[in-house]
Amino acid sequence: MSLALWPATASEQAAHIDGLFTGLLVVTGLILLLVAGLLLLFCIRYRRGTQAKRGDLPEFLRRDVELGWTAATLFLALFLFWWAGTLELRASMAPPEALEIHVVAKQWMWKARHPNGAREIDALHVPRGEAVRLVMTSQDVIHSFYVPAFRVKQDVLPGRFTEMWFRPTRTGEYRLFCAEFCGTQHSRMGGMVTVMEPEDYASWAAAQPQEQDLPGEGEALFTALGCAGCHAPASAVHAPVLQGVYGRMVHLADGRTVRADQAYLRDSILQPQRDVVAGYAPIMPSFAGLVDEADLQRLVAYLQSLRGEAAR
Amino acid sequence: MSDVTAERAIPDTPPAEENYLTAGTSLASWLLTTDHKRVALLYMATITVFFFLGGAAAVMMRIELVTPQGDLLSDDAYNRAFTFHGVVMVWFFLIPSIPNILGNFLLPLMIGAKDLAFPRLNLLSWYIFVIAGILAIYTLLAGGVDTGWTFYTPLSTAFANGQVLAAAAAVFVAGFSTIATSVNFIATVHLLRAPGLTWLRLPLFVWAIYATSIVMVLATPVLAMVLLLIFAERAFGIPIFDPLRGGDPILFQHLFWFYSHPAVYIMILPSFGVISELVTCFARRRVFGYNFMVYAILWIALVGFLVWGHHMFVSGQSMLANLVFSFLSFVVAVPSAIKVFNWTSTLYRGQIVFDAAMIYALGFIGLFTIGGLTGLFLASVPVDVHVTDTYFVVAHFHYIMVGGAVSALYGGLTFWWPKITGRMHPESWARFAAILMFFGFGFTFFPMFIMGFLGMPRRYHIYAPEYQIWHVLASAGAVLLAVAYLLPMGYFGWSLFRGRRATANPWGATGLEWQTSSPPPKENFFAPPVVLQGPYNYHPEHAGPPSLEREPHEPQGGPTERAP
Ligand code: HEC
Ligand SMILES: [Cu+2]
Ligand SMILES: [Cu+2]
Repeated sequence: MSLALWPATASEQAAHIDGLFTGLLVVTGLILLLVAGLLLLFCIRYRRGTQAKRGDLPEFLRRDVELGWTAATLFLALFLFWWAGTLELRASMAPPEALEIHVVAKQWMWKARHPNGAREIDALHVPRGEAVRLVMTSQDVIHSFYVPAFRVKQDVLPGRFTEMWFRPTRTGEYRLFCAEFCGTQHSRMGGMVTVMEPEDYASWAAAQPQEQDLPGEGEALFTALGCAGCHAPASAVHAPVLQGVYGRMVHLADGRTVRADQAYLRDSILQPQRDVVAGYAPIMPSFAGLVDEADLQRLVAYLQSLRGEAAR
Repeated sequence: MSDVTAERAIPDTPPAEENYLTAGTSLASWLLTTDHKRVALLYMATITVFFFLGGAAAVMMRIELVTPQGDLLSDDAYNRAFTFHGVVMVWFFLIPSIPNILGNFLLPLMIGAKDLAFPRLNLLSWYIFVIAGILAIYTLLAGGVDTGWTFYTPLSTAFANGQVLAAAAAVFVAGFSTIATSVNFIATVHLLRAPGLTWLRLPLFVWAIYATSIVMVLATPVLAMVLLLIFAERAFGIPIFDPLRGGDPILFQHLFWFYSHPAVYIMILPSFGVISELVTCFARRRVFGYNFMVYAILWIALVGFLVWGHHMFVSGQSMLANLVFSFLSFVVAVPSAIKVFNWTSTLYRGQIVFDAAMIYALGFIGLFTIGGLTGLFLASVPVDVHVTDTYFVVAHFHYIMVGGAVSALYGGLTFWWPKITGRMHPESWARFAAILMFFGFGFTFFPMFIMGFLGMPRRYHIYAPEYQIWHVLASAGAVLLAVAYLLPMGYFGWSLFRGRRATANPWGATGLEWQTSSPPPKENFFAPPVVLQGPYNYHPEHAGPPSLEREPHEPQGGPTERAP
């Protein structure tokens, strides 16, 4: 275990921020030395019983000095603000050609999807030297995407997209943390960011198995099987719109009220006559035999995924 | 310095006339008292209990963090420990500590009043505080909360399974106690100042408590409101913050920090007051730049309301907002710097004595300076992006609120202990504790700056092995710190029975509170004092203190007549 005093510096921003950080260290270090030095000096020189000259304070000390250092600290504060502010402004916008990676956070994992569809969990592979833009959202609480070696951090919010970008400059493996407290396993919500040479990244991305996208495939089935013909909001057929159906309380024609959980959704597809929604004719055909278990899962996953969008 | 020590104590005969401690000894005489001095002691007892509870949670965390794995606590237990630590230390220790113990005791004495403006309201505020405290302890017994003291939504409203409502209720109720106290203090300063005690003759401690009270009155209702909204969402499902149902989780952060940043000043302003009293007394000098000290306090109280967004630089807040809040945060640093410079300059050409209270004060100045200077890092947006939500922030605010406010509390207790109890504490033990506290604090919290800069996120139960060394250092320092905090409780307790009896003014200080007996009589003064001059007249106007003798210094109030 080596004793590091400075974190790895692996992005373009990191270098700039380190410059500012060093500047602040110097400025604040000097102020601290000044204050501590004066304290010590006065404590020794003017301790009780020494022969140091006491008496009245010189006239200039009483007013000018006070005004002087008030002005000086204000000036210093404004200078530091200007320095930090310009740095921030310069770094704020991602370059347009940046590689866009989508990140979804949920208790307690990070999921990333690359432009070519490659997916990974609790890991992120990025090419060295290229700007990378992360478009992030959360499925539950607020998380925060933090890579110390890049000096970047951005909260990831539910119901909203936040962005951040960086340009990695050194290949290697760097830690990824969740920095916003997000519940029980907050401290285990992390992973590794791997910076690779661009060629390596390209071959890595191509070699990734395209992981399943249940809701996406379900959406295709929804159209292919003709569900959309009746259920699309614009459809001429009088059928319930399915946005937000999952989790909702449904009033049935026979007077019962049930919660639209997964089982209910499956039944609605396989045995539509069993639970007919109040106010609709029982015209939905059964799809039993037409869809196999895998397709059924995809359809249900798709219906579940409609949940958030309805409310948004 | 034995000559000085001898002057401070008087032969161990029970005081001739009745004082506020002997004015009634039944339980009821304490629980139904409206004497501000007794209420202060009631607060002291209660707050000490919470300091222990919050401290115990910190001890568990520091032990757990010695190794990177989770070996003592489960994930949930750890999360509950730091939440409990935060909630208790902020609302049941730091916020009430100096105002309700020292402020309650000293405010009327320092302005020459018989009591606070509303003595019964004062007692009521203690009872409200106790109710809130019981709720907080209930929260713990019922399983605790796991949201962090910040209660961020939607975690707190929709996902956390701890006792969020009970904890919110505890904080909500505590807020009423805070408001009652601060209204009382404001009214007291306005209405009950002794004849001749004009605003610019007030001791800086009174100014600090006054400004703190104003911040409390204005900020605490916002906290109450945001807690009610949490209640509405969590208990009744009314979506306020839940984004899936049209709410906005960021709204919570704005409201919460609109309260909680000023709350930082609620915690630190009173200690500014304490330190000004201590430094002047033990340097035997008038405070440097009295007017600037007053303006600085007021400036902090005002601008402190406008900087809350610096807690949200990575929340998704717009660039413009980030820059505005960054700017204001830099501006609010200026008055704090003035205070540090002025305390330092007060030492110049002084006659400095290193009694324990002074050591606390010097330690305060050092630690507060570090805490304040690291605030400049956090006000710089790009640096904050890197270190926010890491141990750097943890170190920063502990430097201000523990290195600062808690040192000031101990310093203030040491200084006014003879006045409060009529007994002297053992001076060498007190010096030892003060020095140990300074170094123990540094060992505990300085490593946190480093590990935070290295990227160690806060609120982590398990962590990456490369941070272990810093955690081990911090935990080792915490042992020293714990000893330093417990030690005074031991010798203060001892001095209650065995300490030598104190004279009315053992430190030769100028404040009105020293112009009455130690401990003061029930009515505070034997004859109502009249004030003829400003505070801190430790030496004639255009002169300085002599090099050795303690006199002359002029008490602020004209000498009070003893009652026959
Ligand atoms: C011929 C038009 C039609 C087609 C095609 C159709 N549905 Fe339906 N669906 C309905 C009607 C009408 C109802 C309401 C009556 C009922 O509950 O049977 C309904 C109800 C539902 C419900 C319950 C809705 C609620 O609000 O509780 C679900 C879920 C559902 N359909 C899913 C599907 C899926 C998945 C498919 C494709 C595999 C599909 N439907 C195809 C007409 C149709
Ligand atoms: Cu998280
Ligand atoms: Cu703040």
